[in-house]
Amino acid sequence: MAGVQVSDVSRSFGAHKALDNVSIDFADGGFYALLGPSGSGKTTLLRQIAGFDFPDSGRITIGGESVERVPVEKRRIGMVFQNYALFPNMSVADNVAFGLSVRGEAKAVIATEVQRALDLVQLGKLGGRRPHQLSGGQRQRVALARAIVTKPRVLLLDEPLGALDKALRVDMQIELKRIQREIGITTIFVTHDQEEALTMSDRIGILRDGRLVQEGPPEEIYDRPKSEFAATFLGDANIFRGDSTGDGIRLADGTAIAAGVGAKLAAGAKASCAVRPERIRIARDAGTPDGNANMLKGQVSKRIFAGSNSTYFVERAGQTLKVIVQNTGMERLAEGQDVVLRWSPESTVLIAAN
Amino acid sequence: MATTRVLEWLGRFYIGLLLAFLYLPIIIMALMSFNVSPFYQLPFEWTTEWYASLWQNDQLIAATWNSVEIAVITTVICVVLGSAASLALYRYEFRGKKFLQALLFPPIAIPWLITGTAMLIFFFGVGIGRGLHAILLGHVALALPYVIVVVSARLQTFAPELEEAARSLGANQWQVTRRVTLPWIMPGVIAGGLFAFAVSFDQFVVSYFLATPGQTTLPVEIYAAIRKGFTPEINAVSTIIIVVSMALMLLTARFFKFGGEK
Repeated sequence: MAGVQVSDVSRSFGAHKALDNVSIDFADGGFYALLGPSGSGKTTLLRQIAGFDFPDSGRITIGGESVERVPVEKRRIGMVFQNYALFPNMSVADNVAFGLSVRGEAKAVIATEVQRALDLVQLGKLGGRRPHQLSGGQRQRVALARAIVTKPRVLLLDEPLGALDKALRVDMQIELKRIQREIGITTIFVTHDQEEALTMSDRIGILRDGRLVQEGPPEEIYDRPKSEFAATFLGDANIFRGDSTGDGIRLADGTAIAAGVGAKLAAGAKASCAVRPERIRIARDAGTPDGNANMLKGQVSKRIFAGSNSTYFVERAGQTLKVIVQNTGMERLAEGQDVVLRWSPESTVLIAAN
Repeated sequence: MATTRVLEWLGRFYIGLLLAFLYLPIIIMALMSFNVSPFYQLPFEWTTEWYASLWQNDQLIAATWNSVEIAVITTVICVVLGSAASLALYRYEFRGKKFLQALLFPPIAIPWLITGTAMLIFFFGVGIGRGLHAILLGHVALALPYVIVVVSARLQTFAPELEEAARSLGANQWQVTRRVTLPWIMPGVIAGGLFAFAVSFDQFVVSYFLATPGQTTLPVEIYAAIRKGFTPEINAVSTIIIVVSMALMLLTARFFKFGGEK
């Protein structure tokens, strides 16, 4: 096992800057998600770490050893591809054995290791099958067994769950996490699915246009996004834009919004506030005043019932705000109803304008 | 209901017609190789006389072996060079690649009569001359584009992640090619090889131009024999060749499912 350091890595394809001075430290044994929309450079970054492609500048080290010019076959990494890339001409066991066999391991050693890897992914009895005889989830497990059987220093996963349906995906998330913990391997995981990134990883790196936007534990990024992009890409957020008052912002119509967390900004600068939809309380009227809470009046334009919760869309001064309310048996508000929205400054993140 | 049944019968009739059109001449020829009369006269009287006299016809047998030998060598050379060229065209980007790929098709379209004339003149000019070696060279040049086109078509269905996966598992270029890429393109290689064999074995025009009187191939020899006067020995040798080549085709089709994905 080993940690991975990416330092000031840039990579261009023609005029397109796919990676622009990206630096991330992947600690030994951690589970990292690289999250971003398509074209954000997350797959390019993974391919630099894997060694399929070399950076134009910058350094990549695996276990302290500089590898940015080492080709993939010499990097001792394990990789799982989006479409699994199982060898169709080989049985499941031969697929898993491939990495050991090209290294010239003894037959007996290979047989034991392959069985151990297949047992680990709970496919111990399917070694004789062909890949096309397996379900999507089983292929996924074979691909994983094949990637880890060689005891690689790093495990790289390129949208590994993208081709599975939702129920299976949730199962595989848990399974993948279990296996990763069991062997304790540094894992870097590319995804565009924010939920996957939140539930699985110890740390998340958000990429946009080839740059690292923010990096940290999921809770930190969710609770304290440093940019509007991070706030809206990882989870949902209501964004208010205005001028900084030092501890909040003043909207164009003069309404003040107090922010308890986030950036420290000088008064007068352009700034935004982000509030998660589930942090806002919605009510028919103001009720008992609440000293320091932010308060806005609006009108419900739409309600979407989703079983365990409801989403209200509230119109306020030309802006549509989103509020998510848990279904606790309380009264449901009708569309067209005038409402009061309230949330605490601690739920409000101050963000410097882009 | 009624119309679908009519259509179904029409379809079957059409298929029957098609098969008759393809195979009737061949079947008649095969039957006549066992008929006593050398002039296709009926009633049919069974004999193996023509096969016996074929056995005595040294010229025809020599020409047959020449043909087989040239076709086998052509196939081997074309399969090796053609597969390597297809892999290179698949893997690497280089200047003029599109142009090079486009250049593969004209040799297939240019009439063999013209190619043959051009080869004859060229081979004389550079001192290669005529003979079996010249025929072999000509056949390789004719058959190579077929192999490249067929193998390249198969490679189009290859997922490049398979090579990447193999490399990520520590396989070097040679191991990747041998254990992952070649097994995938093998049906294409076999099909390309059959094409190459057929192009060489059936080749008359180019062989005719490049052959010397004593050293020739079977199609050229058959043509010469027919000009001297047709004998049912030709039917006999043709029947043997048809049986052998059909058996070969069926065997390969049995072992390699062409066009199959799995």
